[in-house]
Amino acid sequence: MFGSLTRLQRYYLFYTGGFLLFVGALALLEDHGMPPRWIGYSFLVFTISMYALIGIMSRTSDVSEYYVAGRKIPAFFNGMATGADWMSAASFIGLAGTLYLSGYQGLAFGIGWTGGFVLVALLLAPYLRRFGEYTIPDFLGARYGGNAIRLVAVFAAILASFVYVVAQIYGVGVITSCFVSLQFEIGVFVGLAGILVCSFLGGMRAVTWTQVAQYVILIIAYITPVAILSFSVTGNPVPQLVYGKVLQEVRSMEDQHFNAPGEVEARRLYAERADLYAQKIMQLPHSLMAEREELSAKINDMKSGDAQTRDIVALEKQRRELPHDPDEARLRWENLMFAAVERSRPPVHHAEAFSGEDEAARWSMRINFLALVFCLTVGTAALPHILMRYYTTPTVKQARDSVFWSLFFILLLYMTAPAYAVFAKHEVLSHLAEMPISHLPGWVSAWAKVGLVSIEDINGDGILQLAELSLNPDVIVLATPEIAGMPYVISGLVAAGALAAALSTADGLLLTITGALSHDVYYRIFRPQASTQFRLVISKSLLLVVAVLAATVAAQKPGTILSMVAWAFSIAGSAFFPALVLGIFWERATRQGALAGMLVGLSLSVYYIVRVEFDSIPWLSVRGIQMEPWFQIQSTSSGVFGVLAGFVTIVVVSLFTRNSGDDARRFLDRVRRSQVGREVQ
Amino acid sequence: MKSSLSYWQKTCRLTLWFLLVWLLLTFVINWYASELNQFVFLGFPLGFYLAAQGELLIYLLIIWTFNRRMNALDAEFGIDDE
Repeated sequence: MFGSLTRLQRYYLFYTGGFLLFVGALALLEDHGMPPRWIGYSFLVFTISMYALIGIMSRTSDVSEYYVAGRKIPAFFNGMATGADWMSAASFIGLAGTLYLSGYQGLAFGIGWTGGFVLVALLLAPYLRRFGEYTIPDFLGARYGGNAIRLVAVFAAILASFVYVVAQIYGVGVITSCFVSLQFEIGVFVGLAGILVCSFLGGMRAVTWTQVAQYVILIIAYITPVAILSFSVTGNPVPQLVYGKVLQEVRSMEDQHFNAPGEVEARRLYAERADLYAQKIMQLPHSLMAEREELSAKINDMKSGDAQTRDIVALEKQRRELPHDPDEARLRWENLMFAAVERSRPPVHHAEAFSGEDEAARWSMRINFLALVFCLTVGTAALPHILMRYYTTPTVKQARDSVFWSLFFILLLYMTAPAYAVFAKHEVLSHLAEMPISHLPGWVSAWAKVGLVSIEDINGDGILQLAELSLNPDVIVLATPEIAGMPYVISGLVAAGALAAALSTADGLLLTITGALSHDVYYRIFRPQASTQFRLVISKSLLLVVAVLAATVAAQKPGTILSMVAWAFSIAGSAFFPALVLGIFWERATRQGALAGMLVGLSLSVYYIVRVEFDSIPWLSVRGIQMEPWFQIQSTSSGVFGVLAGFVTIVVVSLFTRNSGDDARRFLDRVRRSQVGREVQ
Repeated sequence: MKSSLSYWQKTCRLTLWFLLVWLLLTFVINWYASELNQFVFLGFPLGFYLAAQGELLIYLLIIWTFNRRMNALDAEFGIDDE
């Protein structure tokens, strides 16, 4: 058995064993009194120095090694690296929580993010590999010819990748500040160092081998806590197999809790609160002045009476924190109103699909589910940092096989995430719901301190109703070790896994961005005569600049940029998917068609996001542009329109323009092998 | 005896079939999730199970079968890329 493994597989087996030993040693040390903070540091230092070691060992100054790892990565390892490249901090930390909060509706993420790999295997990977250059803009440039299409592709690749990389670095900052109590900004730059140690010295080659190492850590870290939890709840350590039973228990507990008198009461109170805010918003600006006057009157009353100074100070603080002007008040009160409306809604059973009060609401849920699946699928099959990985295998056959392995390794995580959600719900329903607030389990108050859990006793009965509890999605994965009563070393392991997920994705994205800038813009367009030595110098300097830029943006804690990640899929899908697929499968597609299609798809997608999501853009001094969504489709699924528009535009414009000529013909013969078998006819 | 179709024509035909299976699975099955939820499979409501595990496993199966068929096609036409 062992002898049949390749040399590389044996290396990584030793590495995995070494990592497990390290975790075991830490567990022993914790037992002997090692403080949690030191455990956190040990994980941070150990894992980052492992990545650095691999990065230094794989350093290279060869162009092909730097961009496509010398096309020497076997299918199995390319699959693993793609898995790590693919699964970001959001997949690792956020997905389980999203599934907890949205039940069936959240499963769209798992389906979309895995279904996309079917499209990659069927439509793209083998042809990209047979073409065998360096980047995705390269492919489009060779198929359609001309620099314009290359530039549009570069722009779209950077647009989709940059926000994504910022979110990863932000994730690193959050993880390090949560688990080793580094200051957030310092955490961000620690993360930056962790990213640069691999990508700077060895490009794709170093990143690939580090990603394999990171995959091992992230999957161990993801599965261990929920396996232990599953064992303690059901006696079976394979959560994916047994959580159906747990789901049934959840279902019966839901039936019992949803319509308990306390729950109904709490929901009614939230509905009242929502009405109150709605009234206040309607009566702006008068309501704001009234509120300020009321507070002032109360303060004056108290000052003249013999009230405690502490109470007066508290009220004065309240007055200071009132919104400064009607615009701010509207924004803040609207948020509070929506939050209250959310809590006043009757809860939905976890496994129930497409619930709603009437047929129209159910239709909207259903259509949004499928639209999201569509966008995530097509986006997955169009994200440049994923597609790039299929240039790195030795043969076309291995490129196909490596899509299989990619999906296999990604499945392990996506099939576990719903189990996390169900076990967490089981815990909440059996140990939190209808319990006295003073007697809640320890993990609740621990995570309430960092603001990821919040409890408000709106009906003042001292008992926790489900409507009164709000959980941040991130808390599900982060708190599972504590929920199951595991030692701190498991929490440290989870942190190391989340860190691996964030770093590996950031590495892949950075290479995509710098590849697009240095290879496509600098080398292909500006200086085709540049020496290979100099191309690498340019590439590495750009990498440094982009990485520092991304870290600087992340250090500002930009709220909106994080929600922008969800849009990256629609943007990438609309820009790339139609041009790539038609470029391979429809010989009539022309340069003008592709160019128009990419521009139309990309702009429509961005336009839809902006119009649905924002009402004003201050720096362009545009106001009042918000529109009603088309067919009730949410902005994260704008790709539905972008991709369709892209396909239609390419077809229509291509039919009206002349074929791209012999270069395109030769290109197609090469990637399709279309001469083979012709003579038999 | 070789059939009269070229390598590329056969590739396209194969791709189209697998793509149809994928489309059916992804967009038709999920459309009826709430109806499927009335059945129970391995303790899960069926619609939920398919979305959480079943479809993902079938995706893997689709890729595996497609790769096998493509390898056979490559062998039939004697294609050995790089």
